[in-house]
Amino acid sequence: MIIKTANLNLYYDKFQALKNVNLSIKENLITGIIGPSGCGKSTLLRVFNRMNDLIKNVKITGSILIDKKDIYSPVYDLILLRKNVGMVFQRPNAFPISIFDNVAYGPRVWGISDKKTLIEIVERSLAAVDLFDSIKDRLKDSALSLSAEKKQRLCIARLLAVEPQILLMDEPCSALDPIATGKIEELMIELKKKYTIIIVTHNMQQAARIADDVGFMLLGELIEFASAKKIFTNPLDKRTFEYISGRFG
Amino acid sequence: MKDKIAEKLLLFIAFSAILSLLLITFFIFQQGIPLIFKVGLSNFFSTHWAPTRGNFGILSMIIGSLMVTAGALVVGIPFGLACAIFLAEFSSPPIQKTLKPIIELLAGIPSVVYGFIGIVILVPFIREHFGGPGFSVLAASIILGIMILPTIVSISYDALLAVPNTYREGSYAVGATKWQTVVMLLLPAARSGIVAGIILGMGRAIGETMAVIMIAGNALKIPHSMLDSVRTLTSTLALELGYATGDHRAALFACGSFLFLIIILLNIIAIKITGRK
Ligand SMILES: Nc1ncnc2c1ncn2[C@@H]1O[C@H](COP(=O)(O)OP(=O)(O)O)[C@@H](O)[C@H]1O
Ligand SMILES: [Mg+2]
Repeated sequence: MIIKTANLNLYYDKFQALKNVNLSIKENLITGIIGPSGCGKSTLLRVFNRMNDLIKNVKITGSILIDKKDIYSPVYDLILLRKNVGMVFQRPNAFPISIFDNVAYGPRVWGISDKKTLIEIVERSLAAVDLFDSIKDRLKDSALSLSAEKKQRLCIARLLAVEPQILLMDEPCSALDPIATGKIEELMIELKKKYTIIIVTHNMQQAARIADDVGFMLLGELIEFASAKKIFTNPLDKRTFEYISGRFG
Repeated sequence: MKDKIAEKLLLFIAFSAILSLLLITFFIFQQGIPLIFKVGLSNFFSTHWAPTRGNFGILSMIIGSLMVTAGALVVGIPFGLACAIFLAEFSSPPIQKTLKPIIELLAGIPSVVYGFIGIVILVPFIREHFGGPGFSVLAASIILGIMILPTIVSISYDALLAVPNTYREGSYAVGATKWQTVVMLLLPAARSGIVAGIILGMGRAIGETMAVIMIAGNALKIPHSMLDSVRTLTSTLALELGYATGDHRAALFACGSFLFLIIILLNIIAIKITGRK
């Protein structure tokens, strides 16, 4: 059990976006979060690296433990949390600097300035996302010149460079075509050997293809959380069944 | 029918604005350029300015203009950038909404007021604490630095605001602090806008006349220190055009053409950098 929430509620001002969410996420698995648009998937994901802290008037109650420690406790090191829990965003947000500097960004933030070490980290991280061979001669080019799929790979490499434990992915393939999507999915399956991955998707097929566990959300509630097999073949809740059989959403 | 008339009228007004710009340009060059050919480039770019005796060297004024402009940038860039960063990244919307208009208001203060403040406060201060006449490169630099703040602040601020939030989130997502995000990511990402702001500020500093005449001392020599008095191109134009005749007058127009070219060049560079029209 690497992440555990208990009675998690989240309010944007007066609007309650998460309602009493209880879940346990296991190490080295891919956990998919599915549900119709606006049900709170991104909000839940952003709880795990405290990205919601950036938004004004957000109130959170309940407990969120990562490695048995309460990440919202005042003594918890937020910066260390962000390093430990990386996040990939819906739209690939490659920075408008060189490919090399993108990957070296995190290590530099963490104080690594030795050129040789940086080169090593960049090469290793790019290799881990199968990007190194195709762009090794263009490391000095702007990252904005890459295709959408390669940008998303680069963003993942940027996270891997600071050696996180958990990867949060918020609809990482929604800006990609089906072929690129397939490739990123292969990459995720490869990455789960070393990392715990939580992926938000409103694409059920995707969750079925790659997730081990799946949680189904509706209007801020976690309706059902179980193994992917169980969710997609034999869901307990009627609403889950209706969603996966395409009745709404 | 009414629309047609309004359209024609607006078109006419727009064209007359452009036309008057063209006419001014033509007039300045037509008055000034022939003199440069007449006396030769080596005379025109020498340091000896005695236009009633055939010496038309504007080099010491060019150096003067460059020195006060460089000084203004030394003052204006750090303060301007710090302001812009504070406003865009570290302050809440109500503070932004109050402070930004106030800074932009600085641009609306007439330059004679800046010159006046310079004479009353800055010049005596420099004379007493650093020596020299007080009317100096230093005084002009500081006042000009303040005068270009609004340009640098508001353009850099807009450039920082234009950096998409997803970049900030991406930076926080690897554990960067706010300050690291500003220095390592936002400033590079907003670089072109910031540079454009600086260049436009530079154009303002070079072109500023009244405040500079009042506090720079206007001595016709190449200054050797920041405490020396200095005469800029614009000061020379304003001080001498009233009584100049003949070649002297033409020489001032030649100065004007030179200034005009520099400022057009700076604006073109600024437009090129930001890629905006
Ligand atoms: N910054 C915010 N302020 C106020 N409400 C928000 C904010 N972000 C999201 N919401 C609301 O919270 C709900 C859940 O949003 P989100 O987590 O983005 O859903 P999903 O990712 O499942 O599409 C939506 O109703 C949305 O309008
Ligand atoms: Mg979402």
